[in-house]
Amino acid sequence: MVNNILDFEKPLIELAAKIKELQSFMDEKGLDLSEEINRLMERAEKLQKEIYADLDTMQIIQIARHPNRPTASDYAKYIFDDFIEIHGDRKFGDDKAMLGGIGLINNQAFTFLGHQKGKTTKENLSRNFGMPHPEGYRKALRLMKQAEKFGRPIISLINTPGAYPGIGAEERGQAEAIARNLMVMSDLKVPIIVVVTGEGGSGGALGIGLGDRIMMLEYSYYSVSTPEACAAIIWKNAEKAPEAAEALKINAKALKKLGIIDRIIKEPVGGAHKNPEMSAKLLKTAILEEYEELKKFSVEELIENRYQKYRKIGEFSYKSDDEMLKEEVE
Amino acid sequence: MFKDLFGKPKYVTVRSRERHDRDDISPDSHLWTKCTNCNAIIFNKKLVENLMVCPECNYHFRISARDRLAITVDEDSFQEFARDIQSEDPLGFPQYREKLLQAKIKTGLDEAVITGEAAIDNMPVVIGVMDFTFLGGSMGSVVGEKITIAAERSLETQRPLILFTTAGGARMQEGLVSLMQMAKTSAAVRRLDKAGILYICVMTDPTSGGVTASFASIADIIIAETGALIAFAGPRVIKQTISADLPEGFQRAEFLLEHGMVDMVVDRKDMRSQLARILKIHVQGVRYCG
Repeated sequence: MVNNILDFEKPLIELAAKIKELQSFMDEKGLDLSEEINRLMERAEKLQKEIYADLDTMQIIQIARHPNRPTASDYAKYIFDDFIEIHGDRKFGDDKAMLGGIGLINNQAFTFLGHQKGKTTKENLSRNFGMPHPEGYRKALRLMKQAEKFGRPIISLINTPGAYPGIGAEERGQAEAIARNLMVMSDLKVPIIVVVTGEGGSGGALGIGLGDRIMMLEYSYYSVSTPEACAAIIWKNAEKAPEAAEALKINAKALKKLGIIDRIIKEPVGGAHKNPEMSAKLLKTAILEEYEELKKFSVEELIENRYQKYRKIGEFSYKSDDEMLKEEVE
Repeated sequence: MFKDLFGKPKYVTVRSRERHDRDDISPDSHLWTKCTNCNAIIFNKKLVENLMVCPECNYHFRISARDRLAITVDEDSFQEFARDIQSEDPLGFPQYREKLLQAKIKTGLDEAVITGEAAIDNMPVVIGVMDFTFLGGSMGSVVGEKITIAAERSLETQRPLILFTTAGGARMQEGLVSLMQMAKTSAAVRRLDKAGILYICVMTDPTSGGVTASFASIADIIIAETGALIAFAGPRVIKQTISADLPEGFQRAEFLLEHGMVDMVVDRKDMRSQLARILKIHVQGVRYCG
């Protein structure tokens, strides 16, 4: 655990150590230091609130990428009363970076999809760090079509640095796999509830991310590219990642303000990894609330609303007639 | 015929101003160009006559959207629509407005795609052509909107949709708004798909990132222009990730054909006639109705 302390948490960790020290000193010497301890504990609480109220985007990204951050399989375990994993795309293989399955919540059946990261290096190698190949997206596609066939709403959890950029992935049509999913998801006849739980890395995230409700956990991010890659492309300098992170508006608050996501889901203090069970509870509540709303629409309404949801994303203006005329003359 | 269209003053290709801004035509002189691929010295007049393809090695130079239109559609048939849509700056991204203005001045275009109605061999189509010189052909709000409008126009008029793509990917400066254009355009293509309207995508050099991973890859017929780089992740990113050399011809049009990702690879000189042949089978061919 010691290895996984984030920079900005250090003052808190130090304070906690001091409190512990005082406590053991008090027990040893039989002195009453409770006043001092209470004062420190109050300070710790205040400090924690302050730190987490004012995280910059790079700090949020650190939490989103935290090695102990709950994964799709963790959430599946907590959310469902019963969950069965389903494997394979029936074309090439079974991508372990993409989790798929079916489950029950309060007797309602759901199809579940999610990018799957590992927690240990060994597991991460087998999960390819949550970066799917085309077969991952095609497994998701197969399950989505099955969900449509059997009238199961879909829960899709996004947590990936991106779709894998490799030779095999390109040979087998990474772009086509993502594009096909977007096309099929755009008019799938069941509700699709999407939650970014950690990293929302570009097209690889969107490949299972088109839906009726798009939500984000408080300390997740969703971006057209990683801030590192953006800085490298725009400023030819990857060290400008913090500036890119702010400029790209990739945290949940900024994206809610932009109107691209519908809802922010609170995390336990210090991030989901501090209390995965609590985090899953908050996630489950939000999903079920949104599903209750979506249930009210007919299939036709659902699909039309989904089309319009994306149809209106984009910011542009129209040239005046004068401007157009002037250009014609030129 | 190509030569005539190509030579129209409105569509002159090799203007010195434009040439110097393009990285794949060496600005050696106003008279000749050195082939990027085989180093042959080609007189510009000859290069233009040859539709910007090296007569020695068949290397296809990149061409502008205006030139592409000129060599693709029937003369005077092109009616542009959605030209009045222009980019805003949804994120307030540093220097984005300046970059847009520079791109407009440099290319004489309003955005990275031109859309309109046209005819090919008298067969009406809706056509969209992207231009790589406008901010790397990147897809932001305006490109997404214009592609969507083109698909919707196609649905209304029942005309086949033809899109020529060239893109570095989603436009960075519009952040997630750009990424969502992938969803928006793919949803619009789905409506065409459901309505049974033909959509042909011609992928030209280079087509990559969010454009490849959305509307480009879900066409009924995908044509790749000879030698075009077509990718999800660019070769540099892949090389960095796997720290190994990439196979010969990796991500080129011919490689994609080999792997079943495109229907055909077509030379520029044959593109118009090939489109016409496909359209003819589609439009004139009697269909089985059960």
